[in-house]
Amino acid sequence: MSWGLEDVRVSYRRRVALHAVTVPVDPGRVTVVVGGDGAGKSTCLKAMVGLLQPEAGAVRRPAKEHIGYVPSTAGLYADLTVQENLDFSAVAYRLPAGRRGPREAEILERTGLAQARDRLGGQLSGGMQRKLAVGLALLHSPELLVLDEPTTGVDPVSRMELWRLISGAAALGTAVAVATTYVNEAARAASVVLLEAGRVLASGSPEAILRSVPGAVGTARGGGTARPTPLSWRRGPDWRVWAPAGDLPAGATKTDPDFEDAVVVAELAGERGR
Amino acid sequence: MWAMVAKEFRQLRRDRRTVAMMVVLPVLLLVVFGYAASFNVSSIPTVVVGPDAARAAAALHAPFDVTQVDPAAGRSDAQSQLQDGKAVVAVVTGGSSVTVLMDGTQLFSVQTAETALAKMEQARPAGSPAPPVSVQILYNPDLITSWVMVPGLAGLILVFIGTLITSLGVVRERQTGTLEQLAVMPLRARDVIAGKIAPYLMVAAVDLVLIVLVGMGLFHVPFVGSVATFALGAALFLLVTLGMGVLISTVSQNQGQAIQLAFMIMLPQVLLSGLIFPITSMAAGVRWISYVLPLTYFIQISRGVMLKATPITALWQPLGLLALLAVVVLGLAIVRFRRDLAPSTRRAQRGEARSEESVAA
Repeated sequence: MSWGLEDVRVSYRRRVALHAVTVPVDPGRVTVVVGGDGAGKSTCLKAMVGLLQPEAGAVRRPAKEHIGYVPSTAGLYADLTVQENLDFSAVAYRLPAGRRGPREAEILERTGLAQARDRLGGQLSGGMQRKLAVGLALLHSPELLVLDEPTTGVDPVSRMELWRLISGAAALGTAVAVATTYVNEAARAASVVLLEAGRVLASGSPEAILRSVPGAVGTARGGGTARPTPLSWRRGPDWRVWAPAGDLPAGATKTDPDFEDAVVVAELAGERGR
Repeated sequence: MWAMVAKEFRQLRRDRRTVAMMVVLPVLLLVVFGYAASFNVSSIPTVVVGPDAARAAAALHAPFDVTQVDPAAGRSDAQSQLQDGKAVVAVVTGGSSVTVLMDGTQLFSVQTAETALAKMEQARPAGSPAPPVSVQILYNPDLITSWVMVPGLAGLILVFIGTLITSLGVVRERQTGTLEQLAVMPLRARDVIAGKIAPYLMVAAVDLVLIVLVGMGLFHVPFVGSVATFALGAALFLLVTLGMGVLISTVSQNQGQAIQLAFMIMLPQVLLSGLIFPITSMAAGVRWISYVLPLTYFIQISRGVMLKATPITALWQPLGLLALLAVVVLGLAIVRFRRDLAPSTRRAQRGEARSEESVAA
């Protein structure tokens, strides 16, 4: 069964945070909600798990026993040990008593926290805290796993390990929704929803989003601080330029856009549309 | 330096609770010390019994406020009035002398009454046929301050634990994001609330027992009444203070805010509950505040039970009011806390939102 949001509208104190947003989350696939700060990513995920009630639209989610959720703050108890955090989660999610021990041991192995089981949550490094948080969310083998920026502020090695956990969950059939500000993480998902200011700018597989880039994208090498055109952005030492009608300016060579380019073009197109 | 000053003022402007404390608190203290902080008792509830009750009552003037004159009643009836807290002084006439019984748990009233009686005695003309007067101070014959303070301090410590510590425990969950986790978990809201409150209830109960035992052991404060009545009063009082703690947590985003609000709620209770200044000496304009404070009623119960063996039937009013406060405060706290754990559905202006849940196989 497919989970997620369909044409959902959410408002905070008369300000519309989500405008008719659709985020499908299918079993066995990772759906990434990507966008900048204030785009509405956390609002999407909170609506998905029932922390917010939408004003309009539909939310499909399993019963609470089958949802795993990691908020942006990790949401683990700093004054409980790793083992105690697992024990509490196991009881809260009604894991059968006979299954708890083996399942907790499995999670400790998969997250690499077996040696730290007696350490307080607050004494773990940032990466270890995030891995514990994901482990807690996976403990009861949820049907829907929702992760709010699980890799923000985490070192690159831990980020890789976290994505292994996330992909592993999807491989076992879990429907996974991840919010992130990192475009390169969105590129590895099965499905992407690009949000800006509470609106969907683009959605689909990364390849489909790439194919849908209108016009032409080019590269203008070097140059000073002045933009070659209003529709350009920095990529390393060069400028990327987008020509909606396909007419690149002089000095810009046509380039095959990558996913990051596709995201930027979608944002620029969205701004032009407004 | 001026940049720091300007920054501090900007931050203060947005921190309304701190500004309220800086402005409201001094004003509150001024009002309290102006109108409430007084050890002068101007009115002492007095009953007069015995065959010469009418004549004795006529001879009594301020500060004695004669509330009952009963020639048919005797010493035991008068003593019951003191035990039940309905009077502070009881004049027993008949026989060869007049006995004036005083409730030693009302320190300042008794001191005022003794002074007034001494003045009346001095003013009596030599050779007056009026019978001699003997004074007996009951329940706290030596007027020991600690005997009166310890039962009240027990309540103060319960306020501290119930209000401040509980609110911090809940706010911490909100700050660390674990409250969001609890809201998503398959836990019933009432289980979360009861689970949060129960440990603090148990710790506070143990604390109360310790305080009473230390009071009895170290300060020789007596405990002459019913333990069950005391326990009932303490349980109701704890429910009120824990409810206040949870309520504070639902209107506080961080521990600093929770501490400020808890402090603003605790301070009036310390000053206006009768713990330090007698309620009867407060001006009417501020005295009404005492009657909405839960500590006021707990002090009546704890002093009554520990020092006077006041029966439960005489304490129905403070017990009943505490029960009412518990229902209101705890009820409100639970309603607000549930909102954090289970957001309500609002009707959309255009169509209704649908939320489908499927039970997994």
